[in-house]
Amino acid sequence: MVQPIIQVDGISKRFGELTVLDNLSFDVRPGEKIALIGPSGSGKTTILRILMTLESISSGIIRVDGEPLFHMLRNDVLVPANERHLHKMRTKIGMVFQLFNLFPHKSVLDNVTLAPILTKGVARADAERNAMSLLEMVGMAEKAKAMPVQLSGGQKQRVAIARALALKPRIMLFDEVTSALDPELVEEVLNVMKKLARETDMTMLLVTHEMGFAHDFADRVLFFDRGRIVEEGPPKEIFNHPKQERTQGFLKKIIAAGHRV
Amino acid sequence: MIDWAGYLQLMLAGALLTVELTVVGAVVAFIMAMAAGLGRMSRFWAVRAIATSYIEFFRGTSIFVQLFWIYFVLPLLGVSISSFAAGVMALGLNVGAYGAEVVRGAFKSVGKEQHEAGIALNFTSWQRTRHIILPQAFVIMLPTFGNNAIELLKATSVVSLISLADLTFQAQVVRAQTGSTLVPFLGVLILYYAMALSISWAMRLLERRVTRGLDGVRT
Repeated sequence: MVQPIIQVDGISKRFGELTVLDNLSFDVRPGEKIALIGPSGSGKTTILRILMTLESISSGIIRVDGEPLFHMLRNDVLVPANERHLHKMRTKIGMVFQLFNLFPHKSVLDNVTLAPILTKGVARADAERNAMSLLEMVGMAEKAKAMPVQLSGGQKQRVAIARALALKPRIMLFDEVTSALDPELVEEVLNVMKKLARETDMTMLLVTHEMGFAHDFADRVLFFDRGRIVEEGPPKEIFNHPKQERTQGFLKKIIAAGHRV
Repeated sequence: MIDWAGYLQLMLAGALLTVELTVVGAVVAFIMAMAAGLGRMSRFWAVRAIATSYIEFFRGTSIFVQLFWIYFVLPLLGVSISSFAAGVMALGLNVGAYGAEVVRGAFKSVGKEQHEAGIALNFTSWQRTRHIILPQAFVIMLPTFGNNAIELLKATSVVSLISLADLTFQAQVVRAQTGSTLVPFLGVLILYYAMALSISWAMRLLERRVTRGLDGVRT
């Protein structure tokens, strides 16, 4: 049995009175593609943000690659991680955001090369060569000199994917990466992600409302509701034979709203 | 017969000192504004306290009083500096205190998502500030910095009170020596205005350079 690359163990996340994640546990195997689905406010985006260390946890423990994410061992006792530990852990993880979050003052190429140059000390020439091949892969090589403001949403998101890949993370987190796109631009981004899933052994976690895509893309689907995983399994099972009433209700609503399954 | 050429030279020499005070004062003001503006957002309580005290003190007392303290009172405490240095310090510290709030406001106006992208790409906190937030915030600061620079230029005239021979001081000299009021004061008016115009023009040029690609971001 391979060691899971992500182990989420009994974590809770509270914002004041509000409990966003409620004693949540799940494992992810290396290379696994996971789709997180569920109604808004169910905590699926929060768990992604936590894995990227953009949010802290209130209790529980997360291990990435066997190492605690938010804790470190000091004299055999787990203590809260310092910035240096978080920095080390973040090298394993990359994230793509719903609103792209490109750096508007940097060209497409500079968006992709900035992090490798600054955080890994990669030489500019090497960083640019690697960036160009990534931009090639996402079909954006021709726009390398363009500024983000000149791009469409779909193009921005493809650049954002290349930017995250440039750091060669072992785990990629995709947070509703097509939700902010015009419908005709969704396809180009999903195609890039399909290619990624096919050609790399990267571990991928994806929060999405595109049920058809989740169905084709994922090895496993986690259905979230009210801060818990209500049901999980292979996409065929979850989408065709959901056991839980809440899963059935959610899928019915989604289909009624016109999403493909 | 009045030797206007000689008096004009005197006023131009004064104008040169005014330019020097403005440029060096602006450099001091910029450094203080950045340091105090960032200091106010520090995660360390003591740094925030020092930055806030500086800003409140130098905004809350007049530049006359600050200049007199630096030039006349500090020597009593054993610290004496040249009149030029005193002028530059008073101007820089005073305008820097206003500038610090501009810096803080500009940094706050860059969206949280830019910070988050920086964390996701594993930048250190300083790298995020330096490479992601500052370049975007700087564009927002520039127009107000232009205003502040012009304010600083006009405030330089207070140094005539500690006998620095700046433009205002020389105009008074010319007026006293020639008995003419119109000519020196018209000269002062034109020279200050020309300097202020060059600042506006330079700032616009700078703005155009740094806003490349940010047209969608500026609000």
